[in-house]
Amino acid sequence: MSLTRIYAIFIRQVFLYKGNPMRLTAPFLWIFVDIILWGFISKYLSAFGNATFNFTSVILGAIILWNFLTRIQQGVMTAFLEDVWAQSFINFFASPLTIKEYVAGLVATSLAMGLASFLVMAAVAGLVFGYNVFKIGLIILPFMLVLFIFAVAMGIFMTAIILRFGPSAEWLGWPIPFVLSIFAGVFYPISTLPAALQAVSKIIPASYVFESFRGLTGAVSTPHLLANFLTGAGLAIIYLALMYIFLIMIYRRNLKNGQLSRFGAE
Amino acid sequence: MPEEIILRVCRLEKQYQLVKAVDNISFSVRAGEIVGLLGPNGAGKTTTINMILGILEPSAGSVEILCRDLKADRCQVSRQTNFAAVYAHLPANLTVWQNLYIFGLLYGVKNLKKRVDILLKDFDLKSFSKTRVGFLSSGEASRLNLAKAVINQPLLLLLDEPTASLDPSIAQSIRQKIINYAAETRSAVLWTSHNMAEIVDVCNRVLFMSHGRILLSGDPKTLPAEHGKKDLEELFIAAAREPLSFDK
Repeated sequence: MSLTRIYAIFIRQVFLYKGNPMRLTAPFLWIFVDIILWGFISKYLSAFGNATFNFTSVILGAIILWNFLTRIQQGVMTAFLEDVWAQSFINFFASPLTIKEYVAGLVATSLAMGLASFLVMAAVAGLVFGYNVFKIGLIILPFMLVLFIFAVAMGIFMTAIILRFGPSAEWLGWPIPFVLSIFAGVFYPISTLPAALQAVSKIIPASYVFESFRGLTGAVSTPHLLANFLTGAGLAIIYLALMYIFLIMIYRRNLKNGQLSRFGAE
Repeated sequence: MPEEIILRVCRLEKQYQLVKAVDNISFSVRAGEIVGLLGPNGAGKTTTINMILGILEPSAGSVEILCRDLKADRCQVSRQTNFAAVYAHLPANLTVWQNLYIFGLLYGVKNLKKRVDILLKDFDLKSFSKTRVGFLSSGEASRLNLAKAVINQPLLLLLDEPTASLDPSIAQSIRQKIINYAAETRSAVLWTSHNMAEIVDVCNRVLFMSHGRILLSGDPKTLPAEHGKKDLEELFIAAAREPLSFDK
C-alpha cells in the first residue's frame, strides 16, 4: 500500500471540491436543511403530549447520526462516481495504483467529508436549537465508529454494483440509506416494527446504535450498551470484509472480461 | 551489441466467449526502438495494448517488462510504463496542473512540482496550467496526454493513435516530441496508428496484425517492396482485405 497513491485519490477529490463549490451542496446544504426542518418538528412535538423524554434530543441526535452514516456511504460512492463520469479508469488503473489503494483513497475522502458534515450539523443544532450532540458524553464516539464502518461497507457495496452493472446502477445507491432507516429504527424503537421486520433489524449494525442512543438520551431503557456496541461493531466488520471481497471479485471479473477498459458501454 | 529488451510478449491470447481477439502473438521491443503496431479496426491492437498495460487479463501467455512478469509484479512494472490513447480520458474537470500533479503522485515521481513545471514548459502548456482539461482544444489535450505519458520518464511508452484527429501541423509536433523522447531516454515505444506516412516516418519496425494475429513484421521502409507493394498503405490494404494470403 502506497500512502502517496492513496493521497493522490484523496487530493483529486479535494481539487474537485475546490474547483466547483456546487459539490458542497450535498454534504453541507442538505444536512443544514435537514437539521433545521427536524429541529422545528421536534420542537413542535415537545410542545404537547406527555412525553417523558425530550423529543429534540432524540430526533435531532438521530438525524445527526443518520446523516453522518449517509454522508459516509454516499461519500464513497460519489467519489467513485466522479471517476465514472470523468471516464478516467483506464488512466488510473494503468498506473501503479492498486484497487486496495483506490478504495482507501475513496474512504479517506468520505471520512473527511463525513466528519466535516458532522461538525456542521453539531454546530447548527447547537446554535439554532441549543442541542449538544455530545450531551450523552464521549460514549457517542464508539457508536459513530460502528456507523462509519457500516457506511463504508455500504459505499463499497455500491461501488462494486456500479462497477459490475455500469453507471446506470448509481440510482440504486442513492435510496439505500432511506430503505435501511426503516429497519435501523432511526426514529422509533425496533419493538415498534412487526416481528418479521424486527428480524431484519437484528442483522443491521445501525439498529444497535440507534437503540443504544435512545437509551442514552433516556427515551427508553437500554441496559445492554456494551453488548449492543459489540454486536453492532462485529456485524459492521463482517459486512466490511464481505463487501470488500465482493468488490475485489467484481474488479477481477472486469479485468478478465475487459469491462474495466470499456466501462461506459454497460 | 543489441539493446536490452524492454518489452517481451510471449504467446499472448485473449478469448472473449466465441471471439479470439488476440491469438497467440509473440514479439519484443528493445530500448530505443519505436515499433508500429498496425492493423485494421478490430485487429486486436488495443486489446494487446490493454493487456500490456495490465487493465485486461490475458487468457494465456505472458507479458514481461524489464524482465519482470507483469501479472506477478504489476505495481512495480507499471512505474516504468506509461501510455497515451485517444480513448483514455484525463479527468476533464481538473486543471492541467492538477492532472499532472495527481498522475505524478500515482507514478511516484520525485521532485514532482519541478517535474510538472518542466513538462508544462516542454509541451507548451504553461499558459493552460490553470485551465480545466475539458476546455482544451484537441491539440492541447493531446499535448497534455503526452506530457502525462512521460511524467515518470517511462522505459516503455505505449501510444494508441496518439495523433488521431489532429491537424497535420500539431500531429507533426507531437510526433517530433515522441521521437525526441525516445532518442533522449532510449525508451521502447509501441505505437499504433492508421496513418501510414506517420508510421514510415517514425517507426524502426512494424508488426502487422489482423484477426488477432501478427501477419507481417519488418522495416516499414522496405517491407512493402518485399511483398510487391508500392508503399505501406497499399500493403496495409492488401493485408487487411486478404489476410490469408499473408498468413505464415
